[in-house]
Amino acid sequence: MPTITYREAVSQALWEEMERDERIFIMGEEVGVWGGTYAVTRGFLDHFGEKRVRDTPIAEGVIVGAAAGAAMAGLRPVAELMTINFALLAMDQIANHAAKLHAMFGGQITCPVVIRTVGGAGRQLAATHSQNLEVLFAHFPGLKVVAPATPYDAKGLLKAALRQEDPLLFIEHATLYPTRGEVPEGDYTVPIGKSEVKRRGRDVTIIAYSKMVLLALEAAQELAKEGIEAEVIDLRTLRPLDLEPVLESFKKTNRAVIAEEDWRSYGVGAEVAARIYEEAFDYLDAPIARVAQAEVPLPYNRELEQMALPKVADIVKAVKDMGW
Amino acid sequence: MAEVVTMPKLGFDMREGTLVKWLKREGEAVNKGEVIAEIETDKATVEVEAYASGVIKGLFAREGDVLPIGEPIAVIGAPDEKVDLEALKRSAKGEEAQAPAQAAAVAAPTAPGATRPDGRALPEAPPAEALPTEIKASPVARRLASEHGVDLRQVTGTGPGGRITRRDIEAYLAQPRPAPAPPPAPAPAPVPEVVRPPAFGEERPLSRIRQLIARRMVEAKQAPHFYVTMEVDMAGAMKLRQDANALLDDAHKLSVNDLIVKAAALALREFPRLNASFAGDKIIIHPEINIGIAVALEDGLTTVVIRNADQKSLSQIAAESKEIIARTREGKNRPEDFEGITFTTSNLGMYDVDSFIAIINPPNAAILATGAVKEVPVVVDGEVRVGTRMKATISVDHRVSDGAEAARFLQAFKRILEQPLRLAV
Repeated sequence: MPTITYREAVSQALWEEMERDERIFIMGEEVGVWGGTYAVTRGFLDHFGEKRVRDTPIAEGVIVGAAAGAAMAGLRPVAELMTINFALLAMDQIANHAAKLHAMFGGQITCPVVIRTVGGAGRQLAATHSQNLEVLFAHFPGLKVVAPATPYDAKGLLKAALRQEDPLLFIEHATLYPTRGEVPEGDYTVPIGKSEVKRRGRDVTIIAYSKMVLLALEAAQELAKEGIEAEVIDLRTLRPLDLEPVLESFKKTNRAVIAEEDWRSYGVGAEVAARIYEEAFDYLDAPIARVAQAEVPLPYNRELEQMALPKVADIVKAVKDMGW
Repeated sequence: MAEVVTMPKLGFDMREGTLVKWLKREGEAVNKGEVIAEIETDKATVEVEAYASGVIKGLFAREGDVLPIGEPIAVIGAPDEKVDLEALKRSAKGEEAQAPAQAAAVAAPTAPGATRPDGRALPEAPPAEALPTEIKASPVARRLASEHGVDLRQVTGTGPGGRITRRDIEAYLAQPRPAPAPPPAPAPAPVPEVVRPPAFGEERPLSRIRQLIARRMVEAKQAPHFYVTMEVDMAGAMKLRQDANALLDDAHKLSVNDLIVKAAALALREFPRLNASFAGDKIIIHPEINIGIAVALEDGLTTVVIRNADQKSLSQIAAESKEIIARTREGKNRPEDFEGITFTTSNLGMYDVDSFIAIINPPNAAILATGAVKEVPVVVDGEVRVGTRMKATISVDHRVSDGAEAARFLQAFKRILEQPLRLAV
């Protein structure tokens, strides 16, 4: 199986889907002539032409609003927001329009807009450009939120996103683009709304998504040296949230750590922990631990930025603190 | 060797205490006998003394924490000693059954504070047979324990803070099976729910002592009570008291109650079944005769004890009860002031009460209620004369004894008081 980068995986998914379905078009800042801020759409303009690869003004509300309108009219737009931080400018279009149209029109219309954006920290882009805002969006019923960790999942999930009928926010992690993974040649999809066990283990369940899955897998290797076998589960989709594998795993391990790059307060970990307490209380052997970003606007300074972000050692420590 | 200080047991029915205040911090030096903390029970505020000299190595409780008796609260060690706090805490808890509160000495108590009307919700004390809530165990450990019939009290917790985890249960199950536990005593009858009054009027939160009284009196009334009353001619006893008090200093002067305590104690020698406790499938006859005296407090009541009252002289009983009752009214009790009551007396004579019936004080089998000593018309040899009489009513747990025995006990009690020399020899 070929090994490709996360960037190539996303790019391949878009390319193959645009070849498959001519209703699909891309619009966003720098997606055409420049080839995308993270070089995902390089070569797309030449191949698919201006009608299907549209550079837009710096106006996020317009990008999402126009794309949502096009989706309602029958097209399959991919609206690209340069980073999730700028999605705040399009919040009304995303949360008040795209997410609600299907319900508010009594199911008469659908709005299958895919909003691709980039989240995450670690590149010294300072507090306003390094955020993990996924929970803001995962809060809204009507909007699907996907955050893949691996090239395989990124490609399969993006393809699936372009074949379904709901508005969907697709969050790529800024530091994952150069990471590599095996991706089969040819067409495949990964189902949206399905979590996956990425590593088997009997002692503790580590739940993560996006980049934190890689850190969780590293932590699991560290723990294995000490005889602690961690099961790592990748949520992949934050809404709809699939906790079946999590609960199944937890009923075996009785212990859980949730690793997330967003802030702990009101974060993904809070939601997952609450659901475990609700669904599997009698299986609990230790308080559920959360590993998350320090509760500060993220510093620009490299040392401080790294200190504030959750690390492999933090996950290892959270597991060990449960007592063995 | 580091010493673990635990929550001391300060009363017969004490199940938990509140750590009110730390007087020493971690790292601070202490001398043996120095006060390190103040704790509060249902009945009193007391000081906890250091059992050994050294340095406070660790404090396990925060101010305001309510802890079960025997729970480790602090560790004292040598200044340069390396101490594994968690391991010590665990082993202290493990040994608790054999040596409760070994490292804690209870000092002369501090400020009054017997009652604390703080309105704080008391955790419902479980019946002894129920899963003890003071044991820290994870939900999965509790579930496994219940599935496999494991008594969590037998399992050592190795998790953080001594929590019993799944592993501990599995390790326990993997051990060779210990001898089966004796069959548990039948559960006490369920306590009926309180009928809610209409929700108007001033609401007063229950003070701690009222909560305790409420709980214990409802428990007490589960025992089937019966009552027997008898009149006692107190003329001789009152004469004896008068004569004796002419000889005694103030600290030893006799009260009527002292006579009642002594008479009850002597009568109980003949009727050991009333100096007993009902224990589910058996009756326990107590070897000592420790007479409880009900003492009224500002917002409630308590019982203090005169130990081995049948063996003490009247003046000894008088001096002891004066001291204990004074301490109680000031909220400065010691554990030995309450512990080990085997039979209780309650006297409302000072309020000019004729007679009354009392609720048995668990785990006793009986309580004796006495009214005022009064001059009343009595018929002697067909003539009405002025007599000196007192009415005594005994309440008895019918599971332990019957009416005839209670009546014979009262006859003995009466005989002793009517031939008061028996009290003195």
